Amino acid sequence: MDGLIHQILSGIATGGIYASVALALVMIYQATHHVNFAQGEMATFSTYIALTLIQAGLSYWVAFAATFVISFVMGVLIERVLMRPMANAPILSSVGVFIGLLLIFSSISGWIFGYTIKTFPSPFETSKPLLGGYVSGHELGSTAVTLVVLLSVYLFFRHTRLGLAMRAAAYNPASARLVGIRVGWMLALGWGLAAGIGAIAGCMVAPIVFLDPNMMAGILLYSFAGALLGGIGNPLGAVLGGFAVGVIENLGGAYLVGTELKLTLALVIIVAVLVVKPSGLLGKAVQSRV
Amino acid sequence: MPALLEAKGLHAAYGDIRVLHGIDFVVDEGGITALLGANGAGKTTTLRAVCGMVRTQGEVHLGGARIDGRATEDIARLGVAHVPDGRGTFLELTVEENLRLGAYTRRDRQVDAARERVFGYFPKLRERIRQQAGTLSGGEQQMLAIARALLLKPRLLLLDEPSFGLAPLIVKEIFAIMRRINREEGVGILLVEQNASLALQIADRAYLLETGRIVFSGPAAEIRKDESIRRSYLGY
Ligand SMILES: Nc1ncnc2c1ncn2[C@@H]1O[C@H](COP(=O)(O)OP(=O)(O)OP(=O)(O)O)[C@@H](O)[C@H]1O
Ligand SMILES: [Mg+2]
Repeated sequence: MDGLIHQILSGIATGGIYASVALALVMIYQATHHVNFAQGEMATFSTYIALTLIQAGLSYWVAFAATFVISFVMGVLIERVLMRPMANAPILSSVGVFIGLLLIFSSISGWIFGYTIKTFPSPFETSKPLLGGYVSGHELGSTAVTLVVLLSVYLFFRHTRLGLAMRAAAYNPASARLVGIRVGWMLALGWGLAAGIGAIAGCMVAPIVFLDPNMMAGILLYSFAGALLGGIGNPLGAVLGGFAVGVIENLGGAYLVGTELKLTLALVIIVAVLVVKPSGLLGKAVQSRV
Repeated sequence: MPALLEAKGLHAAYGDIRVLHGIDFVVDEGGITALLGANGAGKTTTLRAVCGMVRTQGEVHLGGARIDGRATEDIARLGVAHVPDGRGTFLELTVEENLRLGAYTRRDRQVDAARERVFGYFPKLRERIRQQAGTLSGGEQQMLAIARALLLKPRLLLLDEPSFGLAPLIVKEIFAIMRRINREEGVGILLVEQNASLALQIADRAYLLETGRIVFSGPAAEIRKDESIRRSYLGY
């Protein structure tokens, strides 16, 4: 019983990471109808930047904030420089660019920071057992950070002028232009925000899984599964899906398939969703307006 | 005084398909110009050309300054509000959010007062403020589209078939409100309509478009009186 509670709680903690990355995927998907396969590798690269800043002597939270800002700018630049010219390209060319981006980020990470596995500090290490020993300090802290991120994103999109403009630009770019919204910049901001969220997720997961150039590859798959499960067109669904996949993964790993085969659970979820309900549990069926 | 809007030798094309072949037209400051023509004549394309939504050649002047070749969002910021074909409502967002988007570019203090005036024209919208725009009736959606456009504080309003798909009574109501808006807000209107008789009643100028060329232009009253034009082009 204790084991079960422990598995569920740490499933929620990793689920928070998946939820964040799933949200980043959905944000770009809603605006462009593309899945950014490079989201994970971009996050890994950001995590290396954080580590470098920490090793250079910055305090953890200063490095954390700086990493967020740097990643945000990086995301904006990628959209402006690389994605912009592809706006009207056929889908296969876009997929090609995403995969190219993934490979580039992966090799740059390895080339600059090396391929050896590195430890990454957690700001939440405690020796005291928490919640009766069911969760570690880092699990609790990273879940809190995740929840703060998700809540901030929600409040930003719901209650700010810019957030509303970004939603309008994603839903209906032509009409958005007619009310004076600079749609191109809204897209770039979306990329920046997604990259920033990915960076936070990277920093939160690195103390658990250790940092190497492929750190996020598996996580992206789980996150994608989460996004699909909840509904790739629905941010709330994607977030809940991310948490659900975290719990499913942990329980499945412990009681069903074992740690080595856990990743196949993500594939099973992806295939199952695509076959049974492609719009996801909370997504609306894709409607075409006549 | 220069005209509010003046197009000179305006061409427009979608890729290789040329749709407008050098048209000239004018909207006077505070005036209403009707643009009439059969299906496929190029009326919608003309509005798109004014807003930089299609590739164009030729000149478009707004209050004497050239706007052709500028980005759509910049033209909107210069005070051109376009209620497009299909209304351009943000269906997934609420009525409130749609209205806020209408005033997106404005930083002045009069937005609240402008909202009140808009609710004066369209009292129904106030009741529907929390509702998702996609769930409004057709008439309400048309009102929302015009309201959203008004909140931009436009100098020029482009309306693409505001009567489309609406019951005659609602159409009459909306046309009456358009006329009030034109007078009370001093905003010029370029009105595209299938319903020629209604459009000619509120317009001061009118142009008749046929496959991308203007075949007749003049004061609206004159066209209204000219039976041969009415019979052969407008069908009433
Ligand atoms: N996006 C497009 N791509 C290619 N051709 C187009 C496009 N939009 C319109 N056209 C063509 O341009 C011509 C003029 O179309 P437009 O929509 O301007 O006509 P309209 O006068 O508004 O007609 P209606 O009264 O039916 O709305 C038509 O022949 C149409 O097929
Ligand atoms: Mg049309």
